[in-house]
Amino acid sequence: MADKIATREAYGNALAEFGSDNRIVVFDADLSKSTKTDNFRKKYPERFFNMGIAESNMMASAAGMAACGKIAFASTFAVFAAGRAFEQIRNSICYPNLNVKIGASHAGLSVGEDGASHQAIEDIAIMRALPNMTVISPADAIETKYAVKAAIEIDGPVYLRLGRLGVPVIYDENVYKYEIGKGIALAEGSDATIIATGLMVHGALEAKSLLQQEGISVRIVNIHTIKPIDIDIIVKAAKETGAIVTAEEHNIIGGLGSAVAEVLGEHYPVPILRIGVQDKFGKSGKPEKLMEMYGLTAADIAEKVKCVLQMKK
Amino acid sequence: MNKHDIRELKRYAAKVRIHIINEVFSAASGHPGGSLSCADILTALYFAKMRVDPKRPLWEDRDRFVLSKGHCTPALYAVLAERGFFPKEDLLTFRNIDSYLEGHPNMRSVPGVDMSTGSLGQGISAAVGMAMAGRLDKKGYRVYAIIGDGEIQEGQVWEAFMAAAHYKLDNLTVFLDYNGLQIDGRITDVMSPEPVADKFKAFGWNVLEADGHDFEKIIKSIDQAINTEGKPTIIIAATIKGKGVSFMENQAGWHGSAPNREQKDQAITELSKALEELEVE
Repeated sequence: MADKIATREAYGNALAEFGSDNRIVVFDADLSKSTKTDNFRKKYPERFFNMGIAESNMMASAAGMAACGKIAFASTFAVFAAGRAFEQIRNSICYPNLNVKIGASHAGLSVGEDGASHQAIEDIAIMRALPNMTVISPADAIETKYAVKAAIEIDGPVYLRLGRLGVPVIYDENVYKYEIGKGIALAEGSDATIIATGLMVHGALEAKSLLQQEGISVRIVNIHTIKPIDIDIIVKAAKETGAIVTAEEHNIIGGLGSAVAEVLGEHYPVPILRIGVQDKFGKSGKPEKLMEMYGLTAADIAEKVKCVLQMKK
Repeated sequence: MNKHDIRELKRYAAKVRIHIINEVFSAASGHPGGSLSCADILTALYFAKMRVDPKRPLWEDRDRFVLSKGHCTPALYAVLAERGFFPKEDLLTFRNIDSYLEGHPNMRSVPGVDMSTGSLGQGISAAVGMAMAGRLDKKGYRVYAIIGDGEIQEGQVWEAFMAAAHYKLDNLTVFLDYNGLQIDGRITDVMSPEPVADKFKAFGWNVLEADGHDFEKIIKSIDQAINTEGKPTIIIAATIKGKGVSFMENQAGWHGSAPNREQKDQAITELSKALEELEVE
């Protein structure tokens, strides 16, 4: 766990690495240095299109490209992708099931200093409600790289949720295998399971260490694909550990926690508690301070596990 | 275009207008006013100018068409059916639950529909993307779109216009169906987009004006667009909402309502008479 790499950086690098396919085109809305699509532009300038600060037109233009056989990536901040351009994504991309991949960077509170206007805390909820949409929230640079590869390979719309902040690399590339819709059990445990996504996966692993010191054994599951969600791995965790804590850098309404609660409610009800933003907007500040203020640290997750253990019969 | 060809186009347009009324009547819903106003433009595109093959609706090198004012499906479907993309009988299933002829264009269910539209302002952006793709692939196909005059109140239209000029998309030709009316009344009363020609010019487009019910002028404008290099073309087409049905002409109320049986019969009588006159000329 040496270097920290932001998932947006890994996204830009992956576009450049896998970008030789002539069908791939990349759009950005004046944020290519931030979303890192500039890494693709440097290598394939003829297939990079800056659409200016006009996200709605960018999304629907990407749909037009896809309708002509292209694999179109369209990038901007998550707030503007899922928010500003929501209806373009709905009507011009998802309804006709076009091959557009939305690389949405700067998701969550870890945007930091830019504050609430730029911190998407509702994008998972919005995007997973769209028919035909696949929603991916990678945990580290390795996972991002292979999520981009998978997004290129599948036909249809994909929402890739990416972060601004550098995060520890938790996977070994030599053994890592990405499969859309398949969660990954990162660590075994018997008392409860922490199901996490995005940069909270690292927090979940730290929480496991904290809990271990108190003799509590938790399983860690990384849900990198929030839709379609891996029902099997969630039900298995519920059956074998009897209690669930979810952890996400997103509103507790509509995100991973909700998706997991839906699965448990319909398939195997067990106690569940959700770590996430408690239905309020973010604010400016250092990312680490924000994570503390909003209750998203490893210590917060560990506390939540102890609470959920109290709920087990 | 000789006189014979023009008369042929007029005949197709007359048939298209009859289909429009029958579609909307059989569905008991739909948008006759704007469909009748863009019927001649669509007929000119599909019967005189666009390179399409009804047997191969997904032919890679075909010219593309985007109905950005997507509610005018009765006109688009009528033209596609007359052009041979699907059986004309199917037009009477328009908007039915067991039909593939969705209320607004669905590229996945209707042969010949190149883009799903319906939410105003989005189709024009998709057309921009298609023109960019054609350019990138060095394909010779052209992209056509029709936008509504009320539709240009959507901000996204101007984002698309900015992008098309920026990328010098001279393979893109857009018709503005300028019938002057929208649901709530005259566009100049609801939210005036004027002066439209000046605005399009200022956005870097080649701007042409034509009578949207005069085939010679429509076709001449398309030819001028094809011969224009370095910028996209918009043809501001002066049209009449409800064109061809006396009681529908210039009435905003016929934007999105279906005729009753009596009104339908009267409309069909008028339109059939117009068609008969073209047959004996």
